[in-house]
Amino acid sequence: MAVYKHTYQRYEGRLTPAWSRFLILPRYTLQQAFRSKFLISLMVAGFAWPLGCALVIYLHHNLSALKILSLNPDKLMAIDSHFFYVFLWVQSGIGFLLTAFVGPGLVSPDLANNGLPLYLSRPFSRAEYVLGKLSVIAILLSVITWLPGMFLFFLQCGLEGIGWCGDNLRVLMALLLGSWLWIACLSLFSLVLSAWVKWRFVAGALLFGIISFANGMGAAINNIFNTKAGFLINLSEVMQSIWSSLFGLEGKTAVAPDDAWRSLLAFCAICLFLLSRKIKAYEVIK
Amino acid sequence: MVISSIEAVEASHLLESTSQNIMDPVIELDDLSVQFGTRTILKMLNTSLAGRAIGLLGPNGAGKTTLIHTLLGFHAPAKGTARIFGMDIRRNARSVRRLIGYMPEIDSFIARMTAVQFLRLMAELSGLPAREALERSHEALFYVGLGEARYRELGTYSLGMKQLAKLAQAIVHGPRLLFLDEPTNGLDPPARQRMLRLIREIRDSGKLHLILSSHLLRDVEECCEEVLILKGGEIRVYCNLEEERRANRRFLEMETWGDDPTFLAALERMGCQCAVNGSRRIKMILPPHVEVKDLYLLAAERRIQIRRLHHKRDSLEDIFLKAMEETNGGL
Repeated sequence: MAVYKHTYQRYEGRLTPAWSRFLILPRYTLQQAFRSKFLISLMVAGFAWPLGCALVIYLHHNLSALKILSLNPDKLMAIDSHFFYVFLWVQSGIGFLLTAFVGPGLVSPDLANNGLPLYLSRPFSRAEYVLGKLSVIAILLSVITWLPGMFLFFLQCGLEGIGWCGDNLRVLMALLLGSWLWIACLSLFSLVLSAWVKWRFVAGALLFGIISFANGMGAAINNIFNTKAGFLINLSEVMQSIWSSLFGLEGKTAVAPDDAWRSLLAFCAICLFLLSRKIKAYEVIK
Repeated sequence: MVISSIEAVEASHLLESTSQNIMDPVIELDDLSVQFGTRTILKMLNTSLAGRAIGLLGPNGAGKTTLIHTLLGFHAPAKGTARIFGMDIRRNARSVRRLIGYMPEIDSFIARMTAVQFLRLMAELSGLPAREALERSHEALFYVGLGEARYRELGTYSLGMKQLAKLAQAIVHGPRLLFLDEPTNGLDPPARQRMLRLIREIRDSGKLHLILSSHLLRDVEECCEEVLILKGGEIRVYCNLEEERRANRRFLEMETWGDDPTFLAALERMGCQCAVNGSRRIKMILPPHVEVKDLYLLAAERRIQIRRLHHKRDSLEDIFLKAMEETNGGL
């Protein structure tokens, strides 16, 4: 219908599949988020370390380049599970910064402007809303964690041979699972803060604040009670323990992997509970 | 965006099932009760609404908004259920919401978006493919009169413009049932008139049913054919305004001049039920076979002058006040 025909018209055309509608939210959100030059700079910075790692892998397999650069191959970092562990560790740090920048603005503007009834009065559920918002962080962090990680892994496979690939499949799995755990954890946490704190900058600051406070609290518990239980509320220690166990680097962390898994699951469950309390079309005062 | 053929088939099936007879019920409430904590907000509502434009009236706290929210699936019923176009609001929530447009009472929008982006997002969430969503967003904004302002961010809109944008998002996906919750809230008189004109136009298009919740009787009277009055979470009245008015046409009030004591008796012989108020004022109910001209003829025969004669028509206000008085004797 042409716009000059000012009459109400029903829509009787075809519809998009219901399962794909949650992807509409990241499309719109990312479109808006990438208007920020700071975010683009952060994303570019997120590719610096993978490029460096790719260069190291390349140099490992190019002796003439090493000679030109006068580098000793033994002094280069070995391409093993520890190499990928460090890669993930660095990328997750950048991912945290990205989340602190994007995450707080995901739900709070909708809550501040009473946008939720508009979403939820359509054939679009609360779960789809949360999934859509989570996938914003998931897409951003995937681009700088497991996607470049897989690129590095297959680059190494291509240069080293298929045998290395077969011997190190665990690294690939650790890379994928470790990244997804971190993404799930960060996106849930940022979404909770975004849902409970109206002001974007306060939510961003709280993301750092709560994690720092939990680390400090954990250290205090350890000192006062002469225990290691305090590490269970230290998110970085918990993730370090899980990643170490996934990469097969046990014995390097203060928290037992089983305890770390339990702590992480509890953290995610609390986040989901808090989200379910807040993501509603209307608050009902009982 | 990929279009699923299954969805298309489902949609066409839905269309068939909803391209219904005008008298088929739009909303059926079946012992519907809603509780917040220990407080019962809606109490065993039972009715079947079939009108094209239904006004939802009631004093503050009567349960109007709760009823709309429950039909939208925001609150779960404590007891009973409701059906929209024959589909259960809980079991077929997604299909039901596909057919509904909702204009909330409070200011609702998505921040930092232009009106076109906002409407396009809403249309896409309702299942429209991206291209159609964009096309209909432009159409809807032109339709409500925001065509020139469609590339402005919603945050910069005036209150009246925000109300129009809310209406546009409610109709952008072409719903079959439109819920309008206090659409004229906070509008100045010209903006209110513009909003009411739009609502009437949408109603007169005959392509959707609308439920207008308001505490402004005038708005409901101007836009609606039927009215559902709630009080204390219960249905007090559900009536067709036109039928009420037609029924009220049989009530007459007459002022006469002239002395003929047999005039009243002659009226009663014609079948009129009369009550004399003062010396020359007569209130009467006309039987179906008697028309007003018969009264004039009778008066002429008996040399009685009819100085004043008017139908005592119940306004919506009368209906509303009666409904409020029915149980507790007043507001």
